[in-house]
Amino acid sequence: MSKLLGLPLLASEHGGKIDQLIIYVHIMMVVLFVGWGLFFAYTLIRFRKSRHPIADYTGVTSHTSTKLEIGVAVAEIWLLVGLSIPFWATEIATRPSRESNPLEVRVIAQQFAWNVHYPGPDGVFGRTTVALVNEQTNPLGLDPEDPHGSDDVTTINQLYLPSDRRVVVNLSTKDVIHSFSLPEFRVKQDIIPGMSIPVSFVPTMTTATMREIQKDEKRNFEIACAQLCGLGHYRMRGFVTILPEEEFQNWLDGQVQEQQEGEDDIWG
Amino acid sequence: MSADDHVGSGNAKHGFWRTYVFSTDHKTIGLQYGLTAMCFLLFGFGLMLLMRWQLAYPEEANPLLKNLFGENHPFMPGGVMMPDFYNQLGAMHGTIMVFLGIVPIAVGAFGNYVVPLQIGAPDMAFPKLNMASYWCYFVGGVIMLASFFVPGGAANSGWTSYAPLSVIATDGQTFWLIGMIALITSSLLGAVNFIVTIIQLRAEGMTFMRLPFFVWAQLVTAFLLLLAFPPLEAAGILQLMDRVAGTSFFLPSGLVISGQPLQVAGGGSALLWQHLFWFLAHPEVYVLILPALGIVAEIIANNTRRPLWGYRSMVYSTIFLGFMSFIVWAHHMFLTGMSTGISSFFQTTTMIISIPSVVILTALVISLWGGSIRFTAPMLYALAFLPMFAIGGLTGLPLGLSASDIALHDTYYVIGHFHYIVAPGTIFAVFAGIHYWFPKITGRKMNDTLAKLHFWPSLLFMNGIFMPMLVQGLAGVSRRLYDGGAAYAHAQDVLYLNKVMSHSAFGLGVVQVIFIINLVWSIKSGEKVSRNPWDATTLEWAAPSPPLPHGNFETLPVAYRGPTEYSVPGSSSDFTPQFQAEES
Repeated sequence: MSKLLGLPLLASEHGGKIDQLIIYVHIMMVVLFVGWGLFFAYTLIRFRKSRHPIADYTGVTSHTSTKLEIGVAVAEIWLLVGLSIPFWATEIATRPSRESNPLEVRVIAQQFAWNVHYPGPDGVFGRTTVALVNEQTNPLGLDPEDPHGSDDVTTINQLYLPSDRRVVVNLSTKDVIHSFSLPEFRVKQDIIPGMSIPVSFVPTMTTATMREIQKDEKRNFEIACAQLCGLGHYRMRGFVTILPEEEFQNWLDGQVQEQQEGEDDIWG
Repeated sequence: MSADDHVGSGNAKHGFWRTYVFSTDHKTIGLQYGLTAMCFLLFGFGLMLLMRWQLAYPEEANPLLKNLFGENHPFMPGGVMMPDFYNQLGAMHGTIMVFLGIVPIAVGAFGNYVVPLQIGAPDMAFPKLNMASYWCYFVGGVIMLASFFVPGGAANSGWTSYAPLSVIATDGQTFWLIGMIALITSSLLGAVNFIVTIIQLRAEGMTFMRLPFFVWAQLVTAFLLLLAFPPLEAAGILQLMDRVAGTSFFLPSGLVISGQPLQVAGGGSALLWQHLFWFLAHPEVYVLILPALGIVAEIIANNTRRPLWGYRSMVYSTIFLGFMSFIVWAHHMFLTGMSTGISSFFQTTTMIISIPSVVILTALVISLWGGSIRFTAPMLYALAFLPMFAIGGLTGLPLGLSASDIALHDTYYVIGHFHYIVAPGTIFAVFAGIHYWFPKITGRKMNDTLAKLHFWPSLLFMNGIFMPMLVQGLAGVSRRLYDGGAAYAHAQDVLYLNKVMSHSAFGLGVVQVIFIINLVWSIKSGEKVSRNPWDATTLEWAAPSPPLPHGNFETLPVAYRGPTEYSVPGSSSDFTPQFQAEES
């Protein structure tokens, strides 16, 4: 069914429920439209002037339409109370518990790139300030004096995440409104200036598996900007790489090392 | 009372300027609105055609415009569109179609021309206010057009003008805001006038439940305009202050633009703009659709030759819809970081508002049952409106539920959804209305064959444009992309649809020529007809065609019965007009 609707590949735990809702709504839409359309077409043919020269003043007297309207209302209540609201309450508006050991990442959007910020081995994000922002050397404005910052890892347009572990991405923006959209993970969240907004999800498919399914060795999961953010909006594209937990840790350790060596060069 | 006795108007001869330009006659003002709005609709459509070339053939030179723009033109060097120009076109297409095209034609033109006639009034309640309303609209339009010529071009932050992008945008945005303030003022003047006219100037016997459904639709629309527009007018002025006076209503602290900290006081809220904007813009959706439903209802009753089915429930649904439209706005903002409580409230109100829409649509379809259906030109457009509006309404459901909205928000699905409502929806209703009331305005009928030659391909091409949008949206393609999604891997499978849509749009453009020819040709050469050529029942058909300048009717009519008394049992003819004293 999701194939029929042409939904993107599904690569997250909660995404199935979104797909399910989209499918149910579309079934309802098609049933209503086809039923309604048949009635419409039949009426036009049966009551055309040449076949039915004298109109009937009273018309329909049955209350079938009221029953159908009540039916539509009941279906909508079910979609609302049965599916949409509970989903929002449990998956979107609830912060994940500490027990689920989520990986915390920051994504800081700007015209027209995605800055990714990992806290490093100490698990604490280094302090950032606007005054230290330098687009070439320090796009986040990380404070070199802060010891928590020295092991932090930053990347641009490359978001690496482990599979099968809950991820919390704290979204913020340096300039205008952006929207963090990951079509395959059914994640989309506006990023509002002045606010930090978390989104949480569990990737269930590694990039390697996705490439096998798509039969494309170069294919990547993508980050799309979904909110008009200026003339480069269309090319504000990032990439998500999902690795098995162990490989992810290796990647992160490698980055920490590389970044610290790099810093020694600068400060040394 | 004859029209000559009407205070201060009479049939006194005015000079050219007072008759055709600065007229206070509701009919002239209605036509001014109509012609201006049609020009803007055509212009806004043209902007979209430019965009559709770029979407189908990203960064290829437009063969028609290659030589029009020089190699160093900032917008389209050598006919190749720049991303910034694409964004200008996007913002201005939306703004022009909504605020300078559809609303002025649906309310300013049809409302102005038809409402006083249908309620049996000699004019609007405040003729000078009416004139002021048109001229505010005209000034707003000129400012919007002028904005293309300021450095940096027109507004480029979307028709929604979300801050802070709009606040840091080029000068075109300042023009946009000033233009909007003029347009809103125009709508407010118009709305007050409609409300007073409909309540105070109804003819003798024209009780509220004898009002044609079109008048009800206009009355509720006027209340929406009156109550929803002031917040946006205020918001527009605040954003203008942010841009020119250094305030920070919509700017939080700590922004860094292109590597430079933004030197403003800060402390504002970017979300506030969205709330104020959508507080207008959702009722605005009903401003776009209610007059269209009104037009379609009139034409369906006339061409089925039977009364509207469920007139009262349609009226009550329209009023309920009007109230509800004020408490659904944040369903445009589900993804701004909403709690369960707020999102539940807004998706619940959104589902509730779908019910009166279903009731109205159902009543219109059931009205067909038992009719003696004449497939006249206006009826074809009105009938096509029904399934197109149904598609538009149904595709609103997955967007109105916050969970499914996550996948579909800000994708082409949204664009497909609201265009189904407004383009093959409202615009078809507008075509229906033009064909239907043309004989009242000119005393002549538009050509039937040309109308059908325009109708069928338009219907086909409209679907060729908007149906693929739903498909692209389900695949996750974002809206407002300069290259139509060409950069994204997840868009590749549905990218070919960009060509389908664009060529449909070009085709749609070509067949509009038929409509323009028909319209212009019929003014002088259409078939001459009587004052009631459709055998219709409402009061406007009691007036001569065209109705008398300043006064409309030879004798002010009296309403003796409901608006759609067709095929009354025992009656000698199949229609019994409201103005007919008794059964002959």
